Amino acid sequence: MLERIRRLVIKEFLAIFRDPASRMVVIVPPLVQLLVFSFAATLEVRNAGLGIYNEDVGVLGRELVARFEAIPVTFSRVISCSNDQEVREVLDSQQALAIVHIPQDFSRSLESGQIPVVQVLLDGRLSNASMVVQAYIGRIVRQFVQERQLNMPPRHSSVDQIVPVTRVWFNENTSPMWSSVPALLAILTNLVALLVTSLSVARERELGTFDQLLVSPLRPAEILIGKAVPAFVIAYLEGGLMVGAVIIVFGIPFRGSLVLLAMAMFVFLLAIVGIGLWISSLAATQQQALLGSFTYMVPAVLLSGFATPVENIHPIIRWLSDIDPLRYMVAISRMVFLEDPSLDVIVPYVAPLLPIAAFTLFSAAWLFRHRLE
Amino acid sequence: MNAVNRQNVRLSARRFRLRCVLALARKESYQIVRDPSSLVIAFLLPVVLLFLFGWGISLDLGSIPIGLVVESPSRDAERLVASLRGSRYFIVREANHRQEMEPLLVGGRIKGLVIIPQDFAANLSRGSATVQILVNGSEANTAEIVRSYLENVLQTEHRHRAEETGNRLIGDTIHLESRVWYNPNLDSRAALLPGSIAVIMTLIGTILTSLVVAREWERGTMEALLASSITRGEFLLGKFIPYFALGLTAMMLVALVSVIIFHIPFRGSWGLLIVVSAIYLTVALGLGLFISTATRNQFVATQAALVVGYLPSFILSGLVFEINSMPTPIRLLTHILPPRYFVSALRTLFLAGNVWEIVLQDTAILAVFATILWMLTIRKTRLTLE
Repeated sequence: MLERIRRLVIKEFLAIFRDPASRMVVIVPPLVQLLVFSFAATLEVRNAGLGIYNEDVGVLGRELVARFEAIPVTFSRVISCSNDQEVREVLDSQQALAIVHIPQDFSRSLESGQIPVVQVLLDGRLSNASMVVQAYIGRIVRQFVQERQLNMPPRHSSVDQIVPVTRVWFNENTSPMWSSVPALLAILTNLVALLVTSLSVARERELGTFDQLLVSPLRPAEILIGKAVPAFVIAYLEGGLMVGAVIIVFGIPFRGSLVLLAMAMFVFLLAIVGIGLWISSLAATQQQALLGSFTYMVPAVLLSGFATPVENIHPIIRWLSDIDPLRYMVAISRMVFLEDPSLDVIVPYVAPLLPIAAFTLFSAAWLFRHRLE
Repeated sequence: MNAVNRQNVRLSARRFRLRCVLALARKESYQIVRDPSSLVIAFLLPVVLLFLFGWGISLDLGSIPIGLVVESPSRDAERLVASLRGSRYFIVREANHRQEMEPLLVGGRIKGLVIIPQDFAANLSRGSATVQILVNGSEANTAEIVRSYLENVLQTEHRHRAEETGNRLIGDTIHLESRVWYNPNLDSRAALLPGSIAVIMTLIGTILTSLVVAREWERGTMEALLASSITRGEFLLGKFIPYFALGLTAMMLVALVSVIIFHIPFRGSWGLLIVVSAIYLTVALGLGLFISTATRNQFVATQAALVVGYLPSFILSGLVFEINSMPTPIRLLTHILPPRYFVSALRTLFLAGNVWEIVLQDTAILAVFATILWMLTIRKTRLTLE
């Protein structure tokens, strides 16, 4: 039995690696994607445009404007507007993400002790960026006020200050790359494993070679194992390659235990291979297999917590996220890289993978046999 | 070689015959109807995906677990605790010692921790007290949001105290009044859903056509087509028409669902939406056809479709991640990815209306993409055996 499986495994490896194009698409794109997407997955705001509509003729208005001009990393373009029409144009055409409107009486009322109103207009088409910029503008204005107070003569009484002292653990500079790269690693490993398994049977069916397999002495279970092993090995090795690349190329700290990550990845890939075989045994054509892969891959990534937090998912489909193996792997990968979790922290994330893997593998085997009859 | 070239020239130079195109289109339509997976792709999948995007991705923070440590209770600390508990964004777990809470930050069982130190009340009465905030940074984006929300709660508390005591001094404060255009509640779904239509249509377009030519080669039916007198243009157009009709219907379906079920406003004109969508579909289907023609092998075509169809349009289109914030080389790369322009056009059409400057520019660029892609595909198509 082992000998038969071994031969089928060799045949499968040959089928993938003999053709240079197949070889290419399995190995190169995941690495390239890791490189490109890692830099792209950020919700920070940089290089944004800011419109300033300053009606104030006093010194203070100019000083406030200078504050905004002094941070080119965030606001690389500062556009002056001189009337409402221009404000609308600049915002409509997305030249600026936000407009700061300083009123005519700004300097005067600030000096005479009244509270001037500074208006901020935001582009709601980019809701997240607007939110970030809103907080940012608020911070700049607060700083402006505080520094003015320092320069003024001491006062008889003042409002009690509550000063937040914030520290970010595990990722001290809140670098978005530190959290996106470990997550992408899990996503891309998933993609490789799924692709190789989901197509393998459908291709044989379409080419007619599947019948030849069936009349061979191979039993259905053996065929299935023979199809699963190469995909598993390829994805596992590619995952290892990416872990190395992440540490060396991106300089992301690896604080946890490599053994733990390797073990988690092992169970995770079992689950994915099971899903791939599921798709494979259901699909009669390669188009159906492709459809199946997409149908799995899109929700798996959306609900994995990669782009937006798992907590934000609507309750109606929260359960879908609970059975998404990728969600657990993304969390595990981030944790092992950055947090060095103890075993009791990580077990609740690995544990759900076991029943998922068992279910997908056994039901795929059942489905496979069932479809043959 | 020469003979082959001459034959190709002769074939493409021949007059374009509508009858041939329609015949092929009809054959392709039969194939679509016979294998239900194409119909599933065109009608069921987009709607399911739209619901996934609508419910699955959101940047509006809600019910984030945080920890709160009050090292010594006081009236001032109690006020702060109350305002944190009252925030609808957080689920607060409390403890009296930081040692109980800090381990929970590992693994994100709490995303943030607020520590009100022992000397808080005493320091506050002297004028200034610190509150410590610890945030789990392994999800950097969430960490930033949690951090700014927590700091905001403190800021609000600070303002309330100022209003109560009336101790405001000259030049003390500036009132910031924010107004959000196009999306007044800053609802992240309204911003994300129109853009996600672009991702969905890229997926649908690529899946629909990525296999149609490779399939003919692999099954050997291509040779039957070769024996006929069909030209390259006729061949591709015959493949394109049925899928274009499917795709455009799917597009309208998805747009209607977003407006009717998700209550996303649509402020532009529907005519313009159809024009932009038609051009984008030409690009997306063209991309699929190009992959299919260039690879001639369904395995490679599938891999290529998955690689270019999903993640790039999700991550590099500006849908979730702001393009301006990306490093320069990646920003340049996004310029050659068509989904970016469709995301921008859709967002503007839905939320802002007909802003000609944006929509026309996006449409024009997409038209250029469509032309280039189709020229490449036609060049790659060989109606001869090698």
